[in-house]
Amino acid sequence: MNLKRTPLYDTHVALGARLVEFGGWEMPVQYSGILDEHRAVRNAAGLFDIDHMGQIEVSGRDALAFVQHVLTSDLASLDLFQAKYAILCYADGTIVDDTFVYKLPGKTKSAPPQFMIVVNAGNREKDFAWLNAHRGKFKVELRDVSDQFYMLAFQGPLAESVLQKLESFDLSKIKYHHAREFNIGKERGILARTGYTGEDGFELFIPAPHGKHVWDAILEHGKDAGVKPIGLGARDSLRFEAKMVLYGHEIDAHTSPIEAGLSWACDLTKDFVGRDCLLKRKLEGVVKKLVGIEMVDRGTARQGYEIAKEGNPIGVITSGMFAPTFEKNLALGYVAPAMSALGTEFDVIVRGKPLKARVVKTPFYANRARGK
Amino acid sequence: MSDKKIVYATDRKYAESHEWAKPEGDLVVIGISDYAQDQLGDVVFVELPSVGATVSAGKTFGVVESVKAASDVYAPISGAVAEINESLKEHPETVNKDAFNAGWFIKVRPSNAGEMEKLFDAATYQGKIEAGEIH
Repeated sequence: MNLKRTPLYDTHVALGARLVEFGGWEMPVQYSGILDEHRAVRNAAGLFDIDHMGQIEVSGRDALAFVQHVLTSDLASLDLFQAKYAILCYADGTIVDDTFVYKLPGKTKSAPPQFMIVVNAGNREKDFAWLNAHRGKFKVELRDVSDQFYMLAFQGPLAESVLQKLESFDLSKIKYHHAREFNIGKERGILARTGYTGEDGFELFIPAPHGKHVWDAILEHGKDAGVKPIGLGARDSLRFEAKMVLYGHEIDAHTSPIEAGLSWACDLTKDFVGRDCLLKRKLEGVVKKLVGIEMVDRGTARQGYEIAKEGNPIGVITSGMFAPTFEKNLALGYVAPAMSALGTEFDVIVRGKPLKARVVKTPFYANRARGK
Repeated sequence: MSDKKIVYATDRKYAESHEWAKPEGDLVVIGISDYAQDQLGDVVFVELPSVGATVSAGKTFGVVESVKAASDVYAPISGAVAEINESLKEHPETVNKDAFNAGWFIKVRPSNAGEMEKLFDAATYQGKIEAGEIH
């Protein structure tokens, strides 16, 4: 299989990155080391190449009606340049993908607002095809604009002050989950206060030809502040500590947002694909629940490991690792609802051995960005 | 960034699965190579057998957990475990810092002296990695 590479591939190699396959892409998994990079983001700031993520533009007269129809969140209340987490569900309530949706001005003054749906790298083609298949009578245009934007994330407590050196407008005015436009020459980019680390920070949609220039400028201006390039390894450990779900781990085509703890992202008072099944699941009760788990015995729980109580299987681990911020082995996993109360003890089967573990509060890392 | 040069210590033998074996008196000390620790990244946990356990050439005897993943460790030679590196319990990062000395895993009383001969010398091991024959 031919792996796709982002235009910054050579830059990553020059920075000493180790590259791995992820969602059909060859991406940096680490530069200086996952622990070092993780701590850089928690204590200073880190820069991520996330150009593998996809962006799909929805425009046209029925743009709002269409996104309301296919996505779980209420998007009617969004202001221009506001962003919201939303899920694409199958009719049975399981998950096609999880996304971030931005409401943006239309191309012309008379055009209605349009939407940009940011999707996971590995689901890009699937999502686009799925959206197309659900167009029905909606008067909308769907375009995969992934190649027009270079997507970077810049995350951490010092991200704003470093980025401010490069931007004239006052970044503190951009509220959490809001965005604004910026220009490089005549080209338009979008700067959003969003992220996937549990820290304050930004995601940047840069006019594609300027991606490397912006990457270099941020690293250069952030050097003294301790800014580092961050690979997918620390991206995973950071999102994990903040209990941000990852497609293929906590969510997939066999899971619904209800059991994944994502009811907050589903407005069941509006009509959307999958809504009836979600409502039913909610009323009838779910058969499994996503919980935070701390290993009591020494050992690391990994995706796919069985969870058992007195020898009987009661669940499965979806993500697990040594959590760098806490220096503890933590995990996320699905368990039977009766086993989901805080403090409940059970075993995680690690390479055939039952190791003691217990349910703990999540997110492990309280999101600093939230409530901004 | 990580311009760290991979070291191939020439005073020991290597297995294709990246463990090293070095005679020390009647025993053979076993650990993982500098290349292996670099590939694994930050080591956060090492699971070792008990003293007295038997290990067999080519079979797993322990596990190294990095932040990302768990990897099996294979015995380069067969024998009885005479000693384990207890300090790795509290300081697994020693494997990253000093894979060839302080980061050793176990000491084995070999049961088949001929097995050492089947392992690679440092130059052959390095050559196979650089040629992409093993990774």
